[in-house]
Amino acid sequence: MRKILLVIVVILILAAAAVWHIFIYGPMAFASGSTVALADYHGANPTGVPASLANADLIKRGKYLTRAADCLVCHTKPGGDRFAGGLAIPLPFGALYSTNITSDKETGIGNYSDAEFLNAVQRGIRRDGTRLYPAMPYTSYTYITDADALAIKAYLFSLPAVHQENRVDTLAFPFNQRWSMAFWSFFLSANARFAPNSGQSPEWNRGAYLAEALAHCGECHTPRNLAFALDNRKKFAGALTAGWHAYNITPDKGSGIGAWSDDQVAAYLSQGHAANHGTAAGPMAEAVDEGMSMMPPEDIHALVTYLRSVPAVASSEPATLAPPAPEAPKAGVVADALGKKVFEQACASCHSWSGESAISPFATITGARAINDPAATNVAQIVISGTQRHTPDGVVSMPSFGSTFSDKEIAAVVNYVTARFGSEKSAVTAKEIADLRKQTSY
Amino acid sequence: MTTLTINGESKTFDAPDDMPLLWVLRDILGMTGTKFGCGIAQCGACTVHIDGRPVRSCLLSIGSIGNKAITTIEGIGATPAGAKVQKAWLDLEVIQCGYCQSGQIMSAAALLASNDHPDDADIDAAMSGNICRCGTYVRIREAIKSAAGEA
Amino acid sequence: MHVLQNLASTSSRRGFLKAGLASGFVLAFRLPVYAVNEPDQPPDSTEGQFAPNGFIRIDHSGNIALVMPQVEMGQGVYTSFPMILAEELEADFSKVSYVHAPPNEKLYANPFFQIQVTGNSNSIRAFWKPLRVAGASARAMLVQAAAQQWQVEPASCTASKSVVTHAASGRSIGYGELVDAASSVPVPANPQLKDPKDFTLIGKPLKRLDTPIKTDGKAIYGIDAMLPNMKFATLAQCPVFGGKVAHVDDSAAKKVAGVQQVLVLDNFVAVVGDHMWAAKKGLEALVVTWDEGPNAKISSADIWADLRAASKKDGVVAKEAGDIAKGLTEGDRYEGEYEMPFLAHATMEPMNCTVHLTPGACEIWTGTQVIARVQSTAAKVANLPVEKVTVHNHLIGGGFGRRLEPDMVESAVRIAQHVDGPVKVVWTREEDIQHDVYRPVYRDVISATLKDGKIAAWKYKISGSAIMARWAPPVFQNGIDIDAVDSAVDQPYDIPNLSVEYVRAEPPAVPTGFWRGVGPNNNVFAIECFIDELARKAGKDPIDFRRGMLGKNPRLKAALDLVAEKSDWGKPLPARVGRGVSAQPSFASFIATVVEAEVDEEGDVHLRRVNSVVDTGIAVNPDTIMAQIQGGIVFGLSAALWGEVTIANGRVQQSNFNNYRILRMDEVPKIEVHVVKSGEDPGGIGEAGATTSIPALRNAIYAATGVALRRMPIDRKALAVKA
Ligand code: FES
Ligand code: FES
Repeated sequence: MRKILLVIVVILILAAAAVWHIFIYGPMAFASGSTVALADYHGANPTGVPASLANADLIKRGKYLTRAADCLVCHTKPGGDRFAGGLAIPLPFGALYSTNITSDKETGIGNYSDAEFLNAVQRGIRRDGTRLYPAMPYTSYTYITDADALAIKAYLFSLPAVHQENRVDTLAFPFNQRWSMAFWSFFLSANARFAPNSGQSPEWNRGAYLAEALAHCGECHTPRNLAFALDNRKKFAGALTAGWHAYNITPDKGSGIGAWSDDQVAAYLSQGHAANHGTAAGPMAEAVDEGMSMMPPEDIHALVTYLRSVPAVASSEPATLAPPAPEAPKAGVVADALGKKVFEQACASCHSWSGESAISPFATITGARAINDPAATNVAQIVISGTQRHTPDGVVSMPSFGSTFSDKEIAAVVNYVTARFGSEKSAVTAKEIADLRKQTSY
Repeated sequence: MTTLTINGESKTFDAPDDMPLLWVLRDILGMTGTKFGCGIAQCGACTVHIDGRPVRSCLLSIGSIGNKAITTIEGIGATPAGAKVQKAWLDLEVIQCGYCQSGQIMSAAALLASNDHPDDADIDAAMSGNICRCGTYVRIREAIKSAAGEA
Repeated sequence: MHVLQNLASTSSRRGFLKAGLASGFVLAFRLPVYAVNEPDQPPDSTEGQFAPNGFIRIDHSGNIALVMPQVEMGQGVYTSFPMILAEELEADFSKVSYVHAPPNEKLYANPFFQIQVTGNSNSIRAFWKPLRVAGASARAMLVQAAAQQWQVEPASCTASKSVVTHAASGRSIGYGELVDAASSVPVPANPQLKDPKDFTLIGKPLKRLDTPIKTDGKAIYGIDAMLPNMKFATLAQCPVFGGKVAHVDDSAAKKVAGVQQVLVLDNFVAVVGDHMWAAKKGLEALVVTWDEGPNAKISSADIWADLRAASKKDGVVAKEAGDIAKGLTEGDRYEGEYEMPFLAHATMEPMNCTVHLTPGACEIWTGTQVIARVQSTAAKVANLPVEKVTVHNHLIGGGFGRRLEPDMVESAVRIAQHVDGPVKVVWTREEDIQHDVYRPVYRDVISATLKDGKIAAWKYKISGSAIMARWAPPVFQNGIDIDAVDSAVDQPYDIPNLSVEYVRAEPPAVPTGFWRGVGPNNNVFAIECFIDELARKAGKDPIDFRRGMLGKNPRLKAALDLVAEKSDWGKPLPARVGRGVSAQPSFASFIATVVEAEVDEEGDVHLRRVNSVVDTGIAVNPDTIMAQIQGGIVFGLSAALWGEVTIANGRVQQSNFNNYRILRMDEVPKIEVHVVKSGEDPGGIGEAGATTSIPALRNAIYAATGVALRRMPIDRKALAVKA
């Protein structure tokens, strides 16, 4: 018991230490210029929906904002009813389950008043007064305007109520002590609505609102400090989240996306795929398919403008991406017989021996960041879980192989493909694959 | 309208660009030699050649083919490698139910066209994407070697 | 050799207008440009032909068409049956052709089952005599006709290569010219069969007749049926067994180009379109809410718990010999429990069926192992008299027991009831794997005693599905499923005190059916695994141990001896490499197999070599027999290594080849099959390879690691070297 108390004290001290750091450095603090209250801002309104939807009814607007805020992905379990929750988010100390946010009065949020809804979304406090864990990104959603948050609520309440009990989290002590989150929030969450920056263009401001308040890019792409808060001094420099590597999206030329053209960035955001830069999978694929794919070009461009403005930060990924491998199986990397075996059985038909797919650009792995990442986290993940992309042209998917191949076989093929198609061979072990299997949401 | 060159003949038809070649061959052109087995590039039954390379037609959108040459099982006998493979398949009596064999023959013909004397590793690399549920693999390997021997 | 490509596609057989480009742009482009293709069937009338029985048709030009009562699914029956018929008929083998039999149980019922069915590895066994008699009597009639014409004794004439010759006078006449005269000769009751030593075809490794059309895309399987104005459909059944459709939102599906109809039919939804792509895309675009019903909570864990509980009950005694109670008290007693998982068939050709329903008639195109059942099923669904249903059978792209079921016909006819014109229903692979009729889970419990290095008593209890009770109810008698106990009641070893019990235990909701190897697959596994464990207890070499108990089974003993020699049995092997043996007399074929395998430190198994010796009696076509055993071995090894269908929330968790793993080229070892020369009646061969390879691999792993696996598939974790 004493030990546990000690742990809590240490966490709190660390949190306090981080506080000053954070308070001085919010997610948009990097930008020059000064912020003004939204009401005092003279440029085009950076919040709300795009112009094309300006006259749409509340529910339509709410739908746009709900998708932009990517609520569905976490609040739906695989194969489950939409927004009915139940997705397991595994953490080192147990699992959290996302909750039912349909309008069901008993199991969902049907009884939430507007004020209660805002309190949950913007401050992480539930109707019963208990605290949310920051797996719910209220530290980002806090920037959403009241009007937008309530439009989201209106949309959610317009959908069929689903009666589905919330699952009980399995967090171990002391992490199951929700009250402790009050301290965390007090120190680490801004509880402030979006304030435009009058020194930046209207497009930048729109991009900032989309990226920071709604799409909450930083929640995955920005590294966290010891207190589990975003380290905005390394904003967007890449981080490991839910078993996937969210890569560096700063303008750094080598390890970030500085070498991508604006069109490529825009294509990646709106289609989850950019020529010669691979295809989104995992959580990013969901963010694209469920959210950004329906954004009009002006919103996508606003996002690109904003992304381009953050400071370049170099991360550890290799700066050069490998060119295509030879077409002949025996040319190029040939070591690792087991890796080759798995590749020729399950992978070569789609990805080709060169890495440039003969079937679909979506299946080209040459040039993808994931394949050039010697940690190979995402490559391993996608082999294990596969991906299903919902593009405007229909479903594009990679089957999952996690239940077919052993940890050893998956490690071997991962190391084989990073060696053959990437700039540096990974050295993933069977044990690491076993661990990775435990980190993915389910 | 889409025009494709299949086995040297130009074929024009109306189909959406994202339609996989497999279904155009089978359901629009009535060329049923190319088979459907999985639809996810895991079995090889649907293998055709695009400019001589083996490609799984179940995932290949017709919109991406352009004027590249398509060869199917119905036309592979006209290529030297294809004819050798077909003969070896019959000489060694490879085939059982035969459903996978269009794809096996297409994969083997592509292998031999690019590699006169494949060794076991080459055969593994070229043929492991083709499933044969009847289990004819041992004879497929022998037949490829026999076809190569006649080169 | 001249082979009529009679099962290949032909163009415009029905005079269907080829709507090619030549006809210009005016023709709607929706019109498909393919020609009709369908397999050959014998014409309804045999007028003008010599047709002495159901199997033989000779026309005036001397063309001989043989009607195949059993369907070709890779096992080579379209070559072996013509060989047997032509042998006795003395036909010119290079000129015979064959056609699929229509549904007609009077003419074509399988003598073993009294219905038209291809299965249980018995085509040759069941038809060996009937085909020889059919061929011999036709030959006798032709000879008689010639003799009458020449006014000589029939005994002074000979027949060979479709020609009757009277050597004394130097006269000869072709079969074609004898058609009319032979037709009026009475059919002899007991025609003289050839002495096997005079066989010129049987026993030769002849080239298969069905393979040339399988190398150039001309072979027509059920899935290749093409009809003018045909539509294409695919379906999704409720993922939970027994569930129904609750609600469908088809607004997005209807917008998919080429989608014609969305059908909601109680337990499944189907999309009908201009081609499979439209149907498939349309199906993906449907938002279906299912009423999952009472099975939505069922999981594999529950099913196993139920089966284990059931296996504790007393079963029905299927066989008893000696004094089991006393025997079990003698010597040292050992126990073993063996478990086999659900398995899907995953035939390469997914389930499909084409139906054309018109007022008062129904026409079906499919590949089936049970053509008459297909006919009666369609008749029932369409509410038509059986004779109004025509069924065109096709080459089968893998049967393995899956096409012993007519469920794909039932759903296709139900779809056709809503479609104007012919419709081809093709299942996606996902549907095929998730709505199979699965090889049941089995649990076998054995207690045995060892005395003086031999088995003194053997009490064997099998628990699992009674497939026969569903599939052929009259055969299910006194609570015993003859399939479930096959190879257990007639196990090959000399065991003085024996008892075999059967407990019928049906898994909830999951449909079960025959799978390549049927009952013996389960029983040979349990028996051969436990025998290996007992050999070790007795301190004996596994082959010696078996040999010592095969006194009444010289053919199996000889096969064991030969496989020991061929496999280098006893030669030293590296660490974690082992040889395992398995022996079985199942399907009236005597097979002994040795698998050599390596188990790496992580528990992954690598196949190194397989040797198999088979004594199947007279080998009609030895090359086909080798091929069947090779293929069957691969089939069994896939199952042993990875095969398992699991259930969660009432649904099958596997869906396609990415998660239902099949052995591939780069992991198949060298497989050598030796066929023993024998004069005994032919045995069955289609399934024996699948049955023999599973225990042989398991025993190789036992030899390599000392771990006695007792359930399939192989558990890598149990085999990993503990750190
Ligand atoms: S159908 Fe294309 S690979 Fe299986
Ligand atoms: S021959 Fe039947 S699947 Fe290959």
